[in-house]
Amino acid sequence: MIEFDTISVRFQHKKSAVDAVKNVSFRIEKGEIFGIVGTSGAGKSTLLRTINLLQRPTSGRVLIDGHDVTHLQGDALRTLRISIGMIFQQFNLIHTKTVFENVAFAMKVAGKSSAEISTRVYEALELVGLTDKASVYPSTLSGGQKQRVGIARGIVNNPQILLCDEATSALDLETTDSILALLQEINRRLGITIVLITHEMEVVKKIANRVAVMSGGELLELGDVFSVFASPLHPFTQSLVNRTLNLDLPTRIVENCKNPLVKIVYNGDHAEHAIISETVQKFNIDLNILHGKIEYIGGKPFGVLVVQIVGEHAEAEQVLNYLKEKTYKVEVLHG
Amino acid sequence: MANTNYTELIDNLIVAFNETFLMCGISLALAIVIGIPLGTLLFITGRGLFWQNRLLNLLGGFLVNIIRSTPFVILLVLLLPFTRLVVGTSIGPVAASVPLGIVAVAFYARLVESALHEVDKGVIEAATAMGATHFQIIKDVLFPEALGGLLRGLTITAISLVGYSAMAGIVGGGGVGDLAIRYGYYRYQTDVMIITVVLLIILVQILQSLGDFSAKKAEKK
Ligand SMILES: Nc1ncnc2c1ncn2[C@@H]1O[C@H](COP(=O)(O)OP(=O)(O)OP(=O)(O)O)[C@@H](O)[C@H]1O
Ligand SMILES: [Mg+2]
Repeated sequence: MIEFDTISVRFQHKKSAVDAVKNVSFRIEKGEIFGIVGTSGAGKSTLLRTINLLQRPTSGRVLIDGHDVTHLQGDALRTLRISIGMIFQQFNLIHTKTVFENVAFAMKVAGKSSAEISTRVYEALELVGLTDKASVYPSTLSGGQKQRVGIARGIVNNPQILLCDEATSALDLETTDSILALLQEINRRLGITIVLITHEMEVVKKIANRVAVMSGGELLELGDVFSVFASPLHPFTQSLVNRTLNLDLPTRIVENCKNPLVKIVYNGDHAEHAIISETVQKFNIDLNILHGKIEYIGGKPFGVLVVQIVGEHAEAEQVLNYLKEKTYKVEVLHG
Repeated sequence: MANTNYTELIDNLIVAFNETFLMCGISLALAIVIGIPLGTLLFITGRGLFWQNRLLNLLGGFLVNIIRSTPFVILLVLLLPFTRLVVGTSIGPVAASVPLGIVAVAFYARLVESALHEVDKGVIEAATAMGATHFQIIKDVLFPEALGGLLRGLTITAISLVGYSAMAGIVGGGGVGDLAIRYGYYRYQTDVMIITVVLLIILVQILQSLGDFSAKKAEKK
């Protein structure tokens, strides 16, 4: 368990100062995949780096399993760092060491014997699917393979926690998915707590259990991924979510539409009912679907539909009320 | 123009090359043994690094700059008493190696520092995050990652030393450059001058190729 207790980080320059993290408090539970999202400069990396004290907080405390680690020094600090794996956007592999040597270095740092190193490194490479690349240099690997080496290096010492700083931001979509699947497998099989930061809601949606949203160094909201997606509280989060749903219609369609145009949002509780066909049967109208998307977040459906209500004006009003009652949210876009 | 006695010239050249190799060898060894630690110190005491120490960094940098900005001939003369103290004499190739070595150390230290600056900061951070000690970071990350740059720097240092060693004639250091100056310049034996200069060009080319080859091999790219 990781606990941030009123963490603030201030970068002091000659005249100016930047408050990268402002008074942030929350807890990350053991064994969960926890996402931190926010735009560039939100303070995500800075906050993440206070966990292994690559960044010391200006004030506040970081507790790991109940122990205050904020002021650890020397050997105690190194022992803490050995128990926390970390992977990076730019992979940060040692270019002049082979894949094997890169992973082995993490074990050497942890003071492991060479006998132990030679078997355990292969286990870690096996887990990430790179045993055949053990003796090559990183420059010959693809981005996804480099990140797999990074992951092998991050978990080889059986850490309790794995920190991921934009681990997929340098990768294409397909590779991102395979790396996320690997992280999820590691979390399930080994029970390692994963803290990942990203500026993409997509990443969080795919694998995180809970998410914290940061902006300007502040924690805006925090909750399980489904509820943050389904009902974002903060305007900033709403715009983040809308961006990933991306349900923009061409303006031509919106302007030329003679009938009422509504956006229906429905979530887990409603999605499994046949609301659209029920409505059409109940009233003397047609619903013309112009745009739509159903996402599954943690196995629960969450959907958005943009429909046109084709029928008498008086009935349209009733339809709207009926939909409002049956779904999570109805928003009139036009009409 | 005086007639050239080629057998005598060959003997002279052999002696001169031996002196050059002796002077450059000693000073290059000093550059490695002292220049690398000094350059590393300059690097790790720099801003934002794990041994950040402004005083040490400024002091080291200042010392290196004094040596590097003083013309070599002047340094050679200024250091005469020191040379006598260290090797017992101020004449000959071993004596000339003292000022040459000091220049080589300062010169190479700066090149070591800049080679270390080229190392990806992210890789250093990754090692820190793993829990590596400063010593492990220097030995297993910084030096291997900078090896290509360190070898290129050593090549530049070696080649510059060949050039500087020509001035060692002033303190009777001898060497190939000195031979070229004595015969070619003072005695107007143009053919001798051309032969020695060509030999020097070949020597520099060999050094450059050796350096490039080993640096490429070290970079593993
Ligand atoms: N070492 C530093 N010195 C000075 N300012 C810094 C330092 N590190 C970060 N900052 C500043 O702190 C703020 C937060 O930076 P941080 O890297 O934590 O953001 P981020 O959310 O990770 O952004 P990104 O998505 O771009 O990585 C930024 O304004 C940044 O300029
Ligand atoms: Mg960042």
